[in-house]
Amino acid sequence: MSSEPLWEVFVRPRRGLSHTHVGSLHAPDAALALRNARDLYTRRQEGVSIWVVPADAITASSPDEKDAFFDPAADKVYRHPTFYHVPDGVPHL
Amino acid sequence: MHRDEGIGGLLGEVEAAEADLRAAAERRVGTGTAGRTGDGTGGEASEAGEADEAALAAYFEAVVAADQKVEPRDWMPEAYRTSLIRQIAQHAHSEIIGMQPEGNWITRAPSLKRKAILLAKVQDEAGHGLYLYAAAETLGVTRDELVDLLLAGRQKYSSIFNYPTLSWADIGAIGWLVDGAAIVNQVPLCRCSYGPYARAMIRICKEESFHQRQGYEILYGLARGTPAQREMAQDAIDRWWYPSLAMFGPPDAESTHSARSLAWKIKRFSNDELRQRFVDMCVPQAEALGLTLPDPALHWNADRGAHDFTPPDYAELMRVVGGDGPCNRERMAHRRRAHAEGQWVREAAAAHAAKRRDRERVPA
Repeated sequence: MSSEPLWEVFVRPRRGLSHTHVGSLHAPDAALALRNARDLYTRRQEGVSIWVVPADAITASSPDEKDAFFDPAADKVYRHPTFYHVPDGVPHL
Repeated sequence: MHRDEGIGGLLGEVEAAEADLRAAAERRVGTGTAGRTGDGTGGEASEAGEADEAALAAYFEAVVAADQKVEPRDWMPEAYRTSLIRQIAQHAHSEIIGMQPEGNWITRAPSLKRKAILLAKVQDEAGHGLYLYAAAETLGVTRDELVDLLLAGRQKYSSIFNYPTLSWADIGAIGWLVDGAAIVNQVPLCRCSYGPYARAMIRICKEESFHQRQGYEILYGLARGTPAQREMAQDAIDRWWYPSLAMFGPPDAESTHSARSLAWKIKRFSNDELRQRFVDMCVPQAEALGLTLPDPALHWNADRGAHDFTPPDYAELMRVVGGDGPCNRERMAHRRRAHAEGQWVREAAAAHAAKRRDRERVPA
């Protein structure tokens, strides 16, 4: 038996919040993946919206190069507001 | 121990584990360059490979030591991976096989309310099985492989599900004792070092607490019913008490996987510690029911600050695990039949999906 494709499931818990990854499931197609996700991940009204994404359509950064990949941001502390000195008594900054 | 420390206390621990998981995610692992693997140019000799391997192992150890979570694509020792696959698969199989003893009573539940509750509980167990299969799949094994291993009898499920459900009171006893023992076992797994397993367990434990309460409520009702109902409740407790104690596994001295699992923070407490905790929780709950736990040796030991009790029959546990329990053959035959009878549904759904895909490929 050829295995059913794997789908990653993302749920928006409430209006105003972004979709969050909650897990995965197997289903033959997108419509059934959505129904299965409803039954599997929102049995207690955990969401108002669901995305299902074929797992093999996700491109992930490689863990082997995780430091090299994220290094460019490591020495740029000036991207954070805390880097800057604000003279005493200056308001609204 | 006060009664409200039972489920409420355990649920509080689940919440705390979830909060700690988030807090740990904020921390950085303080290992300097131990985790850096991108320094080598890749094309160097095998010496560099070995150094990389050592650095990866050191990083893994540091993550575990810092109570951070290991995630699917991280490097991990092969034995950590296989140990997790074995444990998570066995756990998933238990949820799936565990639908049978209670499913047996859905059509005979005494009221529509009880039927709806029991259906919801059995659905949850299917869901828990699927969360766990999904967690196992992040370790590089497929659900099909795991299902095949179960059906071939090469992977186990919890021995408790090889006992029969003889009366309606058994549904109460399973909820109170079996799910109660499962929760005591599972709450520490919310702090497991492997991220996907810990997250699945947090979700499962939150849902399980209703399972235990509904069982307790059934027994509470029966204990206040007719003498025959009361007797039925007591009989169920008498039969389920020792198999529930056996759910914590063999005593520490004989537990094969414990020490390493503790070191890797897959397990957080030993079998005997958890068993003791369960007994101490059950005693006041049994008193509130006005029913007795079938152990004449059970009594409070003030020196230890815990109850002394008769351990379960571990020889029986080994027999049941080995396939010779009251319902082993029935459970496996049922699962194989259900899987075989679902084959045409899976094939039809796959054929339908293939047809739709082909149709979409044809330009309009």
